[in-house]
Amino acid sequence: MSWLLVLPIAIPFATAVFAYLARASAAGRWISLGGSVASLLASSALMVGVLREGVIAAQMSSWDAPFGITLVSDYLSAVMVVITAITGLATAIYAFGEISERLEKLGYHALFQTLIAGVTGAFLTGDLFNLYVWFEVMLIASFGLLVLGGSRAQLDAGIRYVALNLVSTIVFLAGIGLLYGVTGTLNMADLSEAVAQAENQNLITVIAILFMIGFGVKAAVFPLFFWLPASYHTPSFAVSAVFAGLLTKVGVYALMRMFTLVFVGDVAFTHEILIWVSALTMVTGVLGAAAQTDFRKILSFHIISQIGYMVLGLALYTPLALMGGVFYLVHHIIVKANLFLVSGVAKKLTGSTDLNRIGGLYKSSPFLAALFIIPAFSLAGFPPLSGFWAKYLIVKAALEIDAWFIAFVALVVGLLTIFSMTKIWGMAFWKPHPDGIDPEPARISPAVYWPMMIPIIGLAIMTVVIGLMPEPFVQFAEIAAMQLLEPDAYVTTVLGVRP
Amino acid sequence: MEALTALLVGVLVAASVYLMLARNFLRFLFGLILLSNAANLVIFASGRMTLGAPALVPYGMDTPDGVVGNALPQALVLTAIVIGFGLLAFTLALAFEAYRRLRTLDTDKMNDAEPREDAK
Repeated sequence: MSWLLVLPIAIPFATAVFAYLARASAAGRWISLGGSVASLLASSALMVGVLREGVIAAQMSSWDAPFGITLVSDYLSAVMVVITAITGLATAIYAFGEISERLEKLGYHALFQTLIAGVTGAFLTGDLFNLYVWFEVMLIASFGLLVLGGSRAQLDAGIRYVALNLVSTIVFLAGIGLLYGVTGTLNMADLSEAVAQAENQNLITVIAILFMIGFGVKAAVFPLFFWLPASYHTPSFAVSAVFAGLLTKVGVYALMRMFTLVFVGDVAFTHEILIWVSALTMVTGVLGAAAQTDFRKILSFHIISQIGYMVLGLALYTPLALMGGVFYLVHHIIVKANLFLVSGVAKKLTGSTDLNRIGGLYKSSPFLAALFIIPAFSLAGFPPLSGFWAKYLIVKAALEIDAWFIAFVALVVGLLTIFSMTKIWGMAFWKPHPDGIDPEPARISPAVYWPMMIPIIGLAIMTVVIGLMPEPFVQFAEIAAMQLLEPDAYVTTVLGVRP
Repeated sequence: MEALTALLVGVLVAASVYLMLARNFLRFLFGLILLSNAANLVIFASGRMTLGAPALVPYGMDTPDGVVGNALPQALVLTAIVIGFGLLAFTLALAFEAYRRLRTLDTDKMNDAEPREDAK
């Protein structure tokens, strides 16, 4: 059983080692691709195991919980691992077209696979300190990827990204230390019980806020998001797609895990804060996007705005809301990664990402235009695409508990999202290119064009499939939400049945 | 002992906040180093400070003999120090490269990623 949990982490690590050794030749990218396919198979096997058993756990080196390090996967972890593998595979294919030999020689593929391993580890661990270690693995790989190539903009962005993320990590670490001081355990399932029994509940609330800040910076919620729009538009497109898809979502996942499993003693206080945080995150993100005229900067601000919806799903703390939150997470990763991939093709064809200096894509590359429309409208929540169901669930959950104002905010932000998407559509696709060039696909070689298009097509198909057949996905999210709200199965699977 | 450690953590955090408010990235980095050490001390203190023996199990026994220090926070701090060291080494290299390329470490003057609208 434990192999199911270990393989999705071990495969990317092994791939990273081999890809690093082969970085000087073209074999590196094939190793990366092979590793990504193997990761997808391994995480699918994990998914099958979880679907059969509900929750599966493994104790590393056979040290019994709560003393050893536990790997554990419930429905939420399993789906996150699968979606990570899918994003990883999409980006590995995309790298064939985009990543230059110079970046490959610097170890692009090794860093990329290490990032995937770190993200997967963070989703699978059942130990708080281990979660910190996975965060660091993920961070150091992302630092490397962000500044790889070393342009001036990248270095500037790197400084901001590194500085703020390190501060958040230290806050998280201090929170772990204090929580260990109060409860004497670090196993998340064990913490679930120990925190509920702790004498000083006020201190627990203070620690909960420390965790909220630490994870909040990672998730880029208001008012802690400033590192994100300062950095995501600078690295290569494959990197920004995988960052946009996965990194902030690890923060959201960690929030969801800790604030359903451990910090549920004072929901009226902690989750109320999260509600207002999510509302402000949605609004500031979407307004920030309205002020931008760069393809990737607009998309970066929309990440922030969308994070608000996911945190709202957690903050409302009802079965329906959490279900919407889980559904939103999965939908968002696919859609957002895809939009960044599209922006990369647009850059190759037109020569820039500045919307004032590009245009003409609709006439010359109608296929790309169609592929942009799908994730863009899904992001804004148009039926019948996946984003519609995600928003529908969240808004319905808000209305169900008479949170009229927050439902109103969510709907208005959806409208403003359309405004930004139509801005990109109008300026990059409809208006003629200001320099009078025709951005046809023929401008770039098929060996570059198709590796970049295949993942976009694949992710767009997934968006449409989820949109047209939401039933199985919604059911899955419902069970995931139930497991989060009633963590008995999680706790007993990790700790074993006790008298 | 706990009170003294708490005081030390307080001083470290205060000094690091002061340094991190500076515009110069190098000073920010020094503040970060102090802050990470403060966090390490918090973990260390959270294991309770006792005058105990090292947590070693004598030969032929299953449990340590008498009062021993809590080994877990020490292991955690050790891990955190190693990780922190690696990250800070990277950040220092990044600062050096940024200084070499941008010719400044004043964060107000670093506008390459987000150029000011009025400076165009």
